[in-house]
Amino acid sequence: MADMTAPAGGPVPEARRPRRSAAAREGIAGWLFVAPVVVILGLFMLLPILMALWVSLTEWNGQGSPFRAGVPFVGLDNYTRLFTEEGLARQDFMTSIRNNFYFVLIVVPAQTVLALGLAVIVNSRLLKGRTFFRVAFFFPSVTSSVAISVVFLFIFANSGAVSRLLELVGINGPQWFSDPRGTLHLLLGALGLVDPDAPPAALTGGGPFGLSWWEWLSGPSVAMVTIIVLVVWTTSGTFMLMFLAALQDIPVTLEEASRLDGAGRRQTFRYVTLPLLKPTLFLVLTLGTIATWQVFDQVYVMSQGDPAKTTLTPAYLSYKTAFRNFDYGPGTAISFVLFVIIVVLALVQRWVLRDRDAVPRPGRRARKGKA
Amino acid sequence: MNRATLRNAALGSLACAGLLTSAACGSGFDDKPAAPAQQSAGPASLQILIGSSGDAETTAVRQAADAWAKASGSTATVTPAQDLSQQLGQAFAGDNPPDVFYVDASRFADYASVGALEPYGDRIANSEDFYESLRATFTRDGKLYCAPKDFSTLALIVNDGLWKKAGLTDADVPTTWEQLTSVSEKLSAKGITPLAVGDTRDRIGAFMVQAGGWITSPDGKQATADSPENAKALEYVQSLLKKKYAQFPKQLDAGWGGEAFGKEKAAMTIEGNWIKGALTADFPDVKYSVHELPAGPKGKGTLSFTTCWGVSAKSKYKEQAIDFVQAMTTADQQMAFARAFGVMPSRQSAKDAYTTEFPGDTPFVNGAEYAQGPVNAPKMESVLADFDTGIQKLTSTSPASVLERLQKNTQAALGN
Repeated sequence: MADMTAPAGGPVPEARRPRRSAAAREGIAGWLFVAPVVVILGLFMLLPILMALWVSLTEWNGQGSPFRAGVPFVGLDNYTRLFTEEGLARQDFMTSIRNNFYFVLIVVPAQTVLALGLAVIVNSRLLKGRTFFRVAFFFPSVTSSVAISVVFLFIFANSGAVSRLLELVGINGPQWFSDPRGTLHLLLGALGLVDPDAPPAALTGGGPFGLSWWEWLSGPSVAMVTIIVLVVWTTSGTFMLMFLAALQDIPVTLEEASRLDGAGRRQTFRYVTLPLLKPTLFLVLTLGTIATWQVFDQVYVMSQGDPAKTTLTPAYLSYKTAFRNFDYGPGTAISFVLFVIIVVLALVQRWVLRDRDAVPRPGRRARKGKA
Repeated sequence: MNRATLRNAALGSLACAGLLTSAACGSGFDDKPAAPAQQSAGPASLQILIGSSGDAETTAVRQAADAWAKASGSTATVTPAQDLSQQLGQAFAGDNPPDVFYVDASRFADYASVGALEPYGDRIANSEDFYESLRATFTRDGKLYCAPKDFSTLALIVNDGLWKKAGLTDADVPTTWEQLTSVSEKLSAKGITPLAVGDTRDRIGAFMVQAGGWITSPDGKQATADSPENAKALEYVQSLLKKKYAQFPKQLDAGWGGEAFGKEKAAMTIEGNWIKGALTADFPDVKYSVHELPAGPKGKGTLSFTTCWGVSAKSKYKEQAIDFVQAMTTADQQMAFARAFGVMPSRQSAKDAYTTEFPGDTPFVNGAEYAQGPVNAPKMESVLADFDTGIQKLTSTSPASVLERLQKNTQAALGN
């Protein structure tokens, strides 16, 4: 910091005082200002994370401090057991990854599209009672997830509202929370491609990471679908708010200009509004991915991983392994793998949504569309 | 400027983290005492953590603890836990466990195997008086670790109203598997779901005991899951499920067997004596009777569930803690607990007093003679949870493959 020759702000320094000292003082003041946050973040975030990282490398049995001399250090064993060793640990972990993968695959696009749609609707100047709808759509987001989960337990009970509604139209609905059948399996069965009760040997024979291809291809279970519906419904309100803020930031002049250029409403949305929403879209997708990979409360309240482990998620498995089985090492290892998955996916998203082209293309296209 | 600032910030935060880490870890290295300073006699201040079933239990244990404290000149603080196993886990990790705490039989081996428990069991006066099946549950490597607090067993609960509606009499209450099947047929013909049974090893396991099998050998060292006896049991359960003679509570829109039974969605259920309190509280109009479980090919069998008074190996007041447990497990005190919150005494000498006072519970108490405790081996929780998954899918998978998988996982967990 002392080497810095940054121009000092404020009044011209006195001739005798060297310039660097002003900069140094500025630096010290800066550190003083951020010190509380650095200390708090370090003490309550960075430090516990590093401690957990240590635990994930040991076979600590939960007796006394994990930083004692006698705690067995096992290196990366807890991690390799999740990936390379045949056994229950890997099977549970891979099952949870599969479940969560399907969960993310459906929830993130669904909640993003729904949120964007809602935002466009409540942003429309033609809509009457906009405030009411904004509040109504946002309401699930501010309600406790535990309370909502309990309500959903009632709604999807075997004699609950959803089953009754289905009965009205003559459909005998599934037993939502006790139905471990994969929806993709059901779909394939309905299309007559395979028989879910006797899957083809080619698929059941083998597959990566201890699960057969057939198990990988299960799709979210019927029970998981209820959690998916719940999460989409609760989170889309929050993301609607973000899209709404971004939509209101878009100058009306741009829209009018594109109209003058002859773009229709759909073209305006596609080539003017959507590109301008890109930063928000990135934010929503990233936040959505992070939150969905960490799904825990709903599983804890509604299903505890049941039926047949089809709602097991890595976050819940980590909790269960550590606090129910006292396998703290493997439990923390799972959470670090989850951390890596999330970071990698966020980076991928950033790369996919990067600005490919400095010249604004949308306007050009819109004009082309007119011609 | 930007880059320099960033680098400095990074260095600074690393330094901070380093300092913090060393400061925090410093305390970790000095906690290796030769042995906790023991105070063998005189007044003590005991911390007691209980996993209470409700206010009735908390109050009763508090009263008993106060009486003991007054007599011995010590203090005893009873704390009901919100989540016993999690709170104990945290206390052990923090090296500050309570002196006395409830240990659930299914977690006993986990605690005992890591040295968290003081093996004091046989220092309790007349410890042979505890039922043999309960002693076996809390014995590890030949040592009785802790004194059973109380216990429950599974029995067959029959809904008298539905029984009559189906034209059945007391003589029709099944005592064997064959009778269970035939009476189910009759109930089913009348449109009544015969049996609601929980979808875990804690209920289905009873059938395995009746067939003469179990998941592990009695000493908890060998996996014995993949046996013809167990296969017979699961095949029988599978046949009940397939014919809808038995249904899992979730299929009947209930959280557990007792709820399905209380809502009169099934004529029978297999539950423990806790169902009495639940039915009185939530379904007071349901008339029911309790019977011993139907016997299988190898005779009668049921499962026992129990909790013991664990004494921490790290307690400063072990002597006083053991004295406290002694006071809590006398036959008189156990009868007082039985009256207060409906548990069954773990001492055989209290059996007669109990059955005289609660004649309806005789089938539960009789179960103690032939009951099987939970799997007595550490690191089995995830294996058993996986077995539960297998049970839940029993209608669509073969019992043999479920047992084969259980055998493989048990062997891996037991290390043989």
